[in-house]
Amino acid sequence: MTFRTDIRFVLNGRDVTVPSVSANQTLLDFLRLEQRLTGTKEGCAEGDCGACTVLVGRLGKAGLTYVPVNACIRFLASVDGCHVVTVEHLSGPNGRLHPVQQAMIDHHGSQCGFCTPGFVMALYALWMKTPEPSKEQVETALQGNLCRCTGYEPIVQAAIAVSRYGTPASDHLNTERETMTLRLAALKDGLRVVSGPEDNLSILPASVDDLAVCLQTYPKATIIAGATDVGLWVTKFLHKIGPAIFIGHLEDLQTVERQGSFLLIGAGASYTDCQEHLSKHLPHLSRYWDRIAGWQVRNMGTVGGNIANGSPIGDTPPVLIALGAEITLRRGSDIRALPLEAYFLEYGKQDRQPDEFVESIRVPLPKPNDLDAAYKISKRRDEDISSVAVGIHMTVTDGIISDARLAFGGMAATPRRATATETALNGQPWSRESFETAAAALAQDFSPLTDWRASSDYRMLTAQNLLLRFFLENDAETTGPSQLACV
Amino acid sequence: MKDNVSIIGAPHTNVNHDSAVKHVTGRADYTDDIALPEGTLHAYLGVSDVAHAKLIGIDFADVLAVPGVVGVITADDVPGVNDISPTHLNDEPVFPTDTIQFHGQPLFAVVAETRDIARRAAELAKIEYKALSHALDPIAAQEAGYPHVTAPLKLERGNVDAAQETAPNRIKGRMRVGGQDHMYLEGHIAFALPGEDDDVVVHCSTQHPSEAQHMVAHVLGVPSNAVVVNVRRMGGGFGGKESQMNLFCAVAAIAAKKWNRAVKIRPDRDQDMTATGKRHDFVIDYDVAHDDDGRIQAVDGCFAARCGYSADLSGPVTDRALFHADNAYFYPNVRLNSRPMKTNTVSNTAFRGFGGPQGVIAAERMIEEIAYATGKDPLDIRKLNFYGSGDRNITPYHQEVEDSILDRLVGELEETSQYRQRRQDIIAFNKTSAILKKGIALTPVKFGISFTATWYNQAGALVHVYNDGSIHLNHGGTEMGQGLNTKVAQVVAEAFQVDFSRIKITKTTTEKVPNTSATAASSGTDLNGMAALNAVEQIKDRLVKFASETWGVTSNEVIFLSNQVHIGQDVLPFEAFIKQAYLARVQLSAAGFYKTPKIHWDRAKGQGRPFYYYAYGASCSEVTIDTLTGEYRVERTDVLHDVGRSLNPVLDKGQVEGAFLQGMGWLTTEELWWDDAGRLRTHAPSTYKIPLASDRPRNFNVKLADWSENRELTIKRSKAVGEPPFMLGISVFEALSMAVASVADYRECPRLDAPATPERVLMAVDRLQKST
Repeated sequence: MTFRTDIRFVLNGRDVTVPSVSANQTLLDFLRLEQRLTGTKEGCAEGDCGACTVLVGRLGKAGLTYVPVNACIRFLASVDGCHVVTVEHLSGPNGRLHPVQQAMIDHHGSQCGFCTPGFVMALYALWMKTPEPSKEQVETALQGNLCRCTGYEPIVQAAIAVSRYGTPASDHLNTERETMTLRLAALKDGLRVVSGPEDNLSILPASVDDLAVCLQTYPKATIIAGATDVGLWVTKFLHKIGPAIFIGHLEDLQTVERQGSFLLIGAGASYTDCQEHLSKHLPHLSRYWDRIAGWQVRNMGTVGGNIANGSPIGDTPPVLIALGAEITLRRGSDIRALPLEAYFLEYGKQDRQPDEFVESIRVPLPKPNDLDAAYKISKRRDEDISSVAVGIHMTVTDGIISDARLAFGGMAATPRRATATETALNGQPWSRESFETAAAALAQDFSPLTDWRASSDYRMLTAQNLLLRFFLENDAETTGPSQLACV
Repeated sequence: MKDNVSIIGAPHTNVNHDSAVKHVTGRADYTDDIALPEGTLHAYLGVSDVAHAKLIGIDFADVLAVPGVVGVITADDVPGVNDISPTHLNDEPVFPTDTIQFHGQPLFAVVAETRDIARRAAELAKIEYKALSHALDPIAAQEAGYPHVTAPLKLERGNVDAAQETAPNRIKGRMRVGGQDHMYLEGHIAFALPGEDDDVVVHCSTQHPSEAQHMVAHVLGVPSNAVVVNVRRMGGGFGGKESQMNLFCAVAAIAAKKWNRAVKIRPDRDQDMTATGKRHDFVIDYDVAHDDDGRIQAVDGCFAARCGYSADLSGPVTDRALFHADNAYFYPNVRLNSRPMKTNTVSNTAFRGFGGPQGVIAAERMIEEIAYATGKDPLDIRKLNFYGSGDRNITPYHQEVEDSILDRLVGELEETSQYRQRRQDIIAFNKTSAILKKGIALTPVKFGISFTATWYNQAGALVHVYNDGSIHLNHGGTEMGQGLNTKVAQVVAEAFQVDFSRIKITKTTTEKVPNTSATAASSGTDLNGMAALNAVEQIKDRLVKFASETWGVTSNEVIFLSNQVHIGQDVLPFEAFIKQAYLARVQLSAAGFYKTPKIHWDRAKGQGRPFYYYAYGASCSEVTIDTLTGEYRVERTDVLHDVGRSLNPVLDKGQVEGAFLQGMGWLTTEELWWDDAGRLRTHAPSTYKIPLASDRPRNFNVKLADWSENRELTIKRSKAVGEPPFMLGISVFEALSMAVASVADYRECPRLDAPATPERVLMAVDRLQKST
């Protein structure tokens, strides 16, 4: 097989070829240190503050699409074949300010200015996607951007006003879309890429089948989809991740589609890729989804990665376990499926062999008598790691509960079902008493930890109260609001 | 003379931040953006992994074996004095020699060809130590017999004991108030360039260039004249860069001189948050006596603070907590004590409000206690206890409150926010809503303006007019986003009667203005605006003298107006006039100076006039809580804030909004959490949660009290704005408290500590529900 050893992409207006890219080289360091594009800032190096926001345009089945991402935890190798757009590319060649920039100035959206380029880039992406956003849409788009000076009001006002300054149709990313599409298409050579020094290789398989081959060649390789977790292994913990196999470019892993009574989620599908399918097929997950990280991370992070890394506080496993999801693992050409809950063996240990990878997730769709809910508790409502995450599923037939599946994150060393609580519910009448009894049984299922996110007592009390919330929300007798309106 | 013609960018008008275009285009340079000279080295700190220990030794063999490592810097490499304590107590070494005092304490620096190499190598040092027992919070420290890090303060007036004995009602309580990380988006950074002889130039992100200069000189053992410190702008400061930059400047300078190469040091976010100080957390014990109407008769308060291992600025911070423990209220008899406790944690430091917010929230908690005890609307208790005019107007530190505008200000906000009606509506809502509960609170703030260290209340400026008529402005203040440079330039523009655009605002440098004070205590514009104005007036005096002599007119006939100079019947463009003055050999440069009048403070007696004036404000917030989870949202906030005659209303409004949200963050989601080993576990935005756009009030109405004018002769009768509005966030906390109290029909003042995280809210709800 022929390999390519360099990484090629378009940076702003220029074609860039980097002869050798180590697995752990970040896009941000490349921009700041090698290209001296210092408008993109490092605020936290963990994808939480958004000061490093850039746009990455990728040519896919739906054409060329740009999404805002965190350059700090984005690995350089993963932008192969992409168009990277930094804040330096916004003002036209005549130096005229971009509509987003002018709106920010006129609304006094900057004070110290350090977070500003990141805000400008996030708002740029929002304006391209939603030229006339509501306040809520602005807030959702800005979940991944921190500002410590302004109190955000002027930034939100600027975001709402951008379209008064110009239309996306006349933006140069749109006017140059055709030529850029051709340029990016020309970069696609269908080859596997193996770049970087021998002890720190970046590998981009040519296809999903090639991924299976690569993993057999490099069974100890780190598999990287969105890098929203692995990125921190590098920037925070200085771990060695090479050889690393990047899979974020493999379109065949990104399929999200309904297949009969299931929703199939390819392991490489980002949270954003899933969102529209969720609102159609699993509406109870739609708002929950918007509380997973910030927009930049949702554009990078994948459901497959969230599962594969086995975090006890991952947001997606509890809600998917409650729905009865199955995952498919592949090794060479061998494929096996297992219930998602069986994948999590113990803290830090999953049922995955070194040369095996998660290929897809199959989520059964709810049936007529099913009740489903997803709840997330965190110190800050948005862009925070859960202290407790809950997925609840049950069937209620003739007033009797059956098939209860309750899965919790943040309550144990792995995402786990609450079997004693389920038993307490199954066969019981739909009543507040049944739920109160079941809530008491939660103490048999879990003894949660105390840490900086929440105390053991709080985790247990909210988990119990969330069962009650589920009852109240689905009970015909409830009057008055029982949950805060979300953004 | 046309009096309707003016200039663009005058004071009292909305002028954009002078760097706004650079901010949005990414062309504003911060220290990390400076192009590096050939051969620049990078330093990275190695830190302790134990909270308290006897340091036996450090083995650097593995560090030095890493290719690209140039060397290490330890206490032994400090050529001068190994101390960077800002109050000169000699308790804060650059690197310790014998005792490790907190988990994450910098012990050495690795210097290498790249930052990545230095950072990785720093992990390889083998630190040998013998662990000692540690105390992490002020109560544990008191129990362990730890000392104060600095002398405590006592403020006393009247006879507290006698008043308590006769009072019909007394309430004792304890409140824990958490600290806060600054979470400036740009972390600490310093970049040192060695020069000839003992010279060194340091570019850094500090609010206090003069102190950084003096500290670098001190550790290098050279006079201050060898050291230049430059600050173009900071990516946020909030007090976190007042003294905390000293370490980074010292390390960069020592390494730069040692290897005669430029050296940059930039910690990552986690190290920035663990190795540098934060807002002090307090445990406040209060004992308040009041009459049956709710009028306060006596207050006895003790303010114990987690100061960390060294004094840093804990003395003035805990002092300011006492200065603000009255907030807006008259205490007929009062005794306040501070307990600045040493703890085995990072040394806490300045943060917007500088201890004041912790004092103010204690006052507001006492008011709430009285309101619940008397069954009254807390706003009525507040108003009943406001400082009077003429009488009931002496503070616990014996300063007379001469300028209170709170009656009017709070009255207006009460009307415009429809506080009374909404409170009634909320009480009605809470009766019928089972799960969601609402709360509302209207809280005032009175904040004293001036450094309590009287000598800091001075400033300098240097103004050059070049012979083409362009103006170069330098002053001792630093720009951290607050718009100081813009405001000072507005003052200069008006004084010369030229457009704002004619003035170039430059970096702050110790070369141009010496012996400056920190840009802190909200004083930047008050002090530097006056100093710049003084410089302009000196130049103008010379220009007027030149014009009147040359044209043969009286000095009254020389008028600067609208980019022109009117001399008798002649009118010259400003630049033409300047050119003539230059040719006539008029000195077109001046150093200005200012010192705040009237203030004095006798700390030993606890008496004086530490503050030139007070700034006021009030906010009204409404919240909804979820009694199943403790989650909440702020539905609406109305703010009316006093900035005197605003120099730049739009920038001031930005300060008020930003301060409100930061204050709200302090009291809601921003939680510092140490584990038992003394490790700070909330040390990056992934674990430490500052407010997001979606956390700001759903409906946010901020107004400046445009009728207010400083009764003191401040710059253009404006008032300081940086810190006072921070305390407006307290209305959110008290509204949360009311929502919690509703579950027990408001019979009891909830025991709610700060920050009121969803967890604390739910647990307070749970306690009240169980007690009913």
